[in-house]
Amino acid sequence: MVENTIHATQAIVTLDVALPGIIWGWMITLNMWAKSIGTGVILVGAFLLYRHKKEEMPNLRWIMPLISFIALNVFLLFTLVDLHQPYRMINIFLHPNWTSAITVGAWMASLFTGLVTVMMLIGGFDAFPDFRKHCAVGKSVRGISGFYEKIFPFVVFLAIPVTLYTAIIMAESSARELWQAPAEVMQMMWAALLAGSSALILVSDSWSKETRRDLALILAIATFFSFMMYMGEYFFSFKSAEAEATLAFVHSGGSYNVEFWFGMVLGFIIPFFLAVSNMKSENKTLLRFAAILALVGLYLAKDVWLKIPQMLPLS
Amino acid sequence: MKLGFLVDLNLCMGCKGCEIACKVENEVPLSSWRLRVKYIDIGTFPDASRSFTPLRCNHCENAPCERICPVSALHYLENGIVNVDNERCIGCAGCMMACPYGAIYMDPETNTADKCTYCAHRIESGMMPACVVACPVEANIFGDVEDDTSHISQYIMGHQGGIQVRKPEKHTNPKHYYVGGGTYTLDPLAHQRIEGYSLFTNITHLEAVGDKNHGVLDRFLAPFTGHGKLDNKSLIESATDAESHEQEGGH
Repeated sequence: MVENTIHATQAIVTLDVALPGIIWGWMITLNMWAKSIGTGVILVGAFLLYRHKKEEMPNLRWIMPLISFIALNVFLLFTLVDLHQPYRMINIFLHPNWTSAITVGAWMASLFTGLVTVMMLIGGFDAFPDFRKHCAVGKSVRGISGFYEKIFPFVVFLAIPVTLYTAIIMAESSARELWQAPAEVMQMMWAALLAGSSALILVSDSWSKETRRDLALILAIATFFSFMMYMGEYFFSFKSAEAEATLAFVHSGGSYNVEFWFGMVLGFIIPFFLAVSNMKSENKTLLRFAAILALVGLYLAKDVWLKIPQMLPLS
Repeated sequence: MKLGFLVDLNLCMGCKGCEIACKVENEVPLSSWRLRVKYIDIGTFPDASRSFTPLRCNHCENAPCERICPVSALHYLENGIVNVDNERCIGCAGCMMACPYGAIYMDPETNTADKCTYCAHRIESGMMPACVVACPVEANIFGDVEDDTSHISQYIMGHQGGIQVRKPEKHTNPKHYYVGGGTYTLDPLAHQRIEGYSLFTNITHLEAVGDKNHGVLDRFLAPFTGHGKLDNKSLIESATDAESHEQEGGH
């Protein structure tokens, strides 16, 4: 950067074309947010199944894949809708470029969604035995009930790269210096754990107290580390001039300062204290409130982080 | 063979002949540019100077746009040109996010990514890119950078130590060089871009990426409802309201 504050060195663009503004907007924010829920519930659900008996979470077997299925379909829908040529999405499968994280991610996410759909159908038909009792689909799905447990470990394993590939897309977006930090990978993982625990808290009414305490613990840890990651990025000046110029949008006086701090406070700080207090003395309502705040705050934080690097002129 | 470009900024006089030639040759739609010349004023009157910087795709040897494109719509040609196949492009804008030089745009007529191709169609016929032909002072120099006898190689050798590329820290290995450039001209953060301060125009950002009338529903319905083929005339007609005219000024 060149010092612009004295008259002799001041440089101003006096004639140029109009530049594009925000290229990836709210649809991509929603896409990332929904994917965090979609993979997060599987990761957190697997942890709960490892720690507790199934009987403590009677509806987990069907509600976990159902939430994931809905979130993943929101994610896929907005991925598609954001394309300027949505019908050509098929080209990702017909003419894949394997160096692109978009391609690898699309294949993995499609496989993941397919497997989650199978789990949802099996879980749903098993949970409601009277539903479509004589229907051919119902019968055949109930006939492969054991398949659920067989594919579940693979789905949990696949949830990790599906969570993380967006960070690789951001890393491949080499024009956006802010996203080139390794912290992006961890941000994605914490976002998934935060969103997954929050989504499961909202449906955990009939679960045992211990499982809810574990959910509160995961939410507390995820909000704490998410906040730490953002603060690390916010304060430490180890980055390039471009990243520093980008962060000026969230620093004091920046146009995204308010949204950023709303995200931090709503999404991380308040839910952290509510979750910690809930581990000591349970209050279901407050825990649900924490979960909703965390989901709202996560959206705001992701939105800011997506948009600010796009505000800088590249040429 | 590795084709490259060199612009001698000491020669460029900002006539924008290259910009116009490119527009005409490649039928680049309104609000889009494959090549543009940026004016930067340095200092304060009366101790001020003006510099002109032509900006186009750098045809990087390690092109981030080629790497991120999920369908290989952006691909290398044997002569080193990074070409774009807009019949295959899905319009994800990943390339626009990846290109450190902001050289890729979403074509509002086709709603696919597009950019400078060094006039690959002309090269194939043994002609020079349109911008090279149009330049009245031969500030644009084009040729094979791997051939030591080519004009561009000779020019580079003749200006050893004075050759620069944009954003070398990105490790993209651009095949687009500048002579006579400086931080002011080549670093977009080294100059201010103040809303409303530009000559002839008071807009700094486009209203939309691609066709602004190509909304979410249009993207899905266009093949069935006959979303009319856009050209410059229809783009002008869609922007005839007084407000947008005032915003765009006379540029």
